[in-house]
Amino acid sequence: MSEQVVFTFDVDGDDFTSAGHASMQVKKNLRQLGIDPDIIRRVSIAMYEGEINMVIHARGGVATVSVSEEYIEIILKDEGPGISDIEQAMQEGFSTAPDNIRTLGFGAGMGLPNMKRYTDYMNIESQVGVGTTITMRVNLE
Amino acid sequence: MTVNDLCNIEGFNPLTLPEGDREISGVYIGDLLSWVMGKARSDNAWITIMSNINTLAVASLTDVACVILAEGVTLEEEVKNAAENKGINVITSAYSAYDTALILSKAQ
Ligand SMILES: Nc1ncnc2c1ncn2[C@@H]1O[C@H](COP(=O)(O)OP(=O)(O)O)[C@@H](O)[C@H]1O
Ligand SMILES: [Mg+2]
Repeated sequence: MSEQVVFTFDVDGDDFTSAGHASMQVKKNLRQLGIDPDIIRRVSIAMYEGEINMVIHARGGVATVSVSEEYIEIILKDEGPGISDIEQAMQEGFSTAPDNIRTLGFGAGMGLPNMKRYTDYMNIESQVGVGTTITMRVNLE
Repeated sequence: MTVNDLCNIEGFNPLTLPEGDREISGVYIGDLLSWVMGKARSDNAWITIMSNINTLAVASLTDVACVILAEGVTLEEEVKNAAENKGINVITSAYSAYDTALILSKAQ
């Protein structure tokens, strides 16, 4: 097995305007690695949705992206309020986002569905009052 | 039609044009950013009235050819500079989203 490339980012929970910084950086890094543009697009959109969720719903967190031979893996870990009903959260249109977030164009309840749609594997581990860890993978072959 | 060509049409004015030679293929209209990320395709012209900094992130991630701000919406200076830096074409259109799309459809 050849070497893994790993990128780690702190996602700032207070700064909504800089949200997306990590995903944009990942997009750049993957391009430098010569990854297929369509795969980069899927990875960076899924990651951006997750990053925005950490900012809106969980006061920030940590994003880790690793590239192996088989897939690109994104792990988003926060210590926010957690998700009590994951099945409900995954439904298109379900959102607890406040109104001020909606005026910015977010809070349509399509973030988690987009993350699922653009990745080949997605797992949500969440505990109310403890936090949420989301793992996503996009296959490279 | 390229983004440069679009800017030559009356009522369309570039706010930033770092990659004016990009070819436009198809249109997506929407203001809800997750819908745009789910549905817009690379090289689309994206028509919206959302003009905040998140609009730029979505434009970059979806790799649309340009953002067209309908109804004469413009960009704040700070956002405009960010668009320039990120290499995102942003055009303001004097028309509604519907009329903007009609004009694009005729021109393509
Ligand atoms: N990291 C998270 N921590 C806590 N709750 C979350 C997190 N991510 C998503 N959620 C919950 O799941 C819901 C649906 O998320 P999503 O589909 O991205 O829609 P939106 O962000 O537009 O509300 C959110 O409104 C929120 O209640
Ligand atoms: Mg969301």
